[in-house]
Amino acid sequence: MTSLRPDLEFISHWVQPRAHVLDLGCGDGTLLRHLQETRQVTGYGLEIDPDNVVKSVEAGIQVIQMDIDQGLDAFADQSFDYVILTQALQVVRHPDRLLAEMLRIGRKGIVTFPNFGYWRSRMQIAWRGRMPVSETLPNAWYDTPNIHLCTVKDFESLCREQGYRVLHRQVVDSAHHGNRLMSHLPNLLGEIALYSLTAAHRRGSSLE
Amino acid sequence: MSSPSDPSDAGAASARFPRDSVGLVTPQRMVFDAPLKLEGGKQLDRYELVYETYGTLNSDRSNAILVCHALSGDHHAAGYHTPEDRKPGWWDVCIGPGKPFDTRKFFVVSLNNLGGCKGSTGPNSINPETGVCFGPDFPIVTVGDWVNSQRRLGERLGIRQWAAVAGGSLGGMQVMQWAIHHSEAVRHALIIAATPKLSAQNIAFNEVARQAILSDPDFHEGRYQERGVIPRRGLMLARMLGHITYLSEDAMRERFGRELRAGRIQYGFDVEFQVESYLRHQGTSFVDRFDANTYLLMTKALDYFDPAQDFDGSLAEAFKASRSRFLVASFTSDWRFSSARSREIVNALMEVRKPVCYADIRSTQGHDDFLMPNPEYLAVLDAYMRRVAAEFAA
Repeated sequence: MTSLRPDLEFISHWVQPRAHVLDLGCGDGTLLRHLQETRQVTGYGLEIDPDNVVKSVEAGIQVIQMDIDQGLDAFADQSFDYVILTQALQVVRHPDRLLAEMLRIGRKGIVTFPNFGYWRSRMQIAWRGRMPVSETLPNAWYDTPNIHLCTVKDFESLCREQGYRVLHRQVVDSAHHGNRLMSHLPNLLGEIALYSLTAAHRRGSSLE
Repeated sequence: MSSPSDPSDAGAASARFPRDSVGLVTPQRMVFDAPLKLEGGKQLDRYELVYETYGTLNSDRSNAILVCHALSGDHHAAGYHTPEDRKPGWWDVCIGPGKPFDTRKFFVVSLNNLGGCKGSTGPNSINPETGVCFGPDFPIVTVGDWVNSQRRLGERLGIRQWAAVAGGSLGGMQVMQWAIHHSEAVRHALIIAATPKLSAQNIAFNEVARQAILSDPDFHEGRYQERGVIPRRGLMLARMLGHITYLSEDAMRERFGRELRAGRIQYGFDVEFQVESYLRHQGTSFVDRFDANTYLLMTKALDYFDPAQDFDGSLAEAFKASRSRFLVASFTSDWRFSSARSREIVNALMEVRKPVCYADIRSTQGHDDFLMPNPEYLAVLDAYMRRVAAEFAA
């Protein structure tokens, strides 16, 4: 628990005990295992990478090997309390459709992504004229898996357009720490953004 | 911890076997005198099951794994029967010291199912009513019947709950049957390269295979043994057809391509392409080790299996009351029981919130991949079985 990434720690504070959780792109299973141990959640992690599938099995979580980009049709409406997507919104083919699917399947969605509006990213483009490379965005433009980067403002504007309600927002730096100044100027000072969302027209979650 | 079948104890004869082999094994036999009612309405008054075990049953009998075999499989899942054996049992890649079904931790039981032709009561056994072998009079047995007979075997071995029940293909169907109807006796259900029910295409292939046997002039309505003949051609054709469905197109192309045996086209109907030679070899060698009536029975058991039937066609409902935990695995190159069929099982389990892990193993060989030493497959199986072992290990 001490070694848990602080952004995952934030997420676990947002998850109610004994919830049913779907973790999209669960990696080595760290978050789900933590949620199982500290929140007694049930549920599944979806993962495509074979090595991560083995690690997830070893971590003792319920991992399902599948490609999120192939669609989540198999999951029924509102069949999970939370659908979680950590640091993967920017790598999927259709982030808008995936968000819609998350909020169809889950009563709430939890999303984290690197904020492209972070001042250092802006500086690199504005002053150096180069695509930003940082601890959060370590790849060069030609080999990055990040095909749909966005800023905090972009993301919130999509949420408004789609009628999603933001329940929580937290921005942190690459060491995953947050502070007051950051929460006042999230789009400029936040390096990683964390959101908890719900589809506004679907209120009355049993966990609220 | 060493077991009787550990190669280190098995004497000099087994020194030539690989270190991670269970070594020499001896099949055992158990007689059941209580009648077994069959789903088809008939009953077997008395029957025998042949089985093998690997590893040692622990003191609280919590480390037992039941292995269920597929269509042409039998009780010989691991190790060797004689020092001269060139090939080990059919699931030797998974069973042995240090392998996923680690015989230093687990006690593995593998049997020949009823209706089989490798020693358990089947069409070649003597029918006590007539004094001659059953032949075609052997009753049709189902996956449910097999599981019921396996339960009795487990009880007699003193195993009230299996740490795991595992099987591939038709074996995976038996695992599903266990987990749906007797989950109190199954902590973990390992369903590999299986399907919740056969498709029309699957049944069609089985039917052609059966027709090949039934229309062989030597079949004699199943009483070929009394006449001292074997429906060779029919059984061979059935196996050749089956074998096409066990391999992926890529695997066939890679192994044989359009390679010619004699190097050039002969303009005739003898074996010309290597793939023809391979299939004929598979067919003829199968005739020497398998029985036509058993083949017919096994394909029928496959066709009839549909556990959702008793639950208004809902597989999710079928799994709803299960207390087992699940591992489902499929192979990307398997077109006989494709990954999509395994996902049907996984989706049903997730719908009713059952604990399930699912691996869709990258593979090239096809349906037969569940018997192959595919590293991804063995890694997943091994990781999962260590979870299973952690539950009873001190």
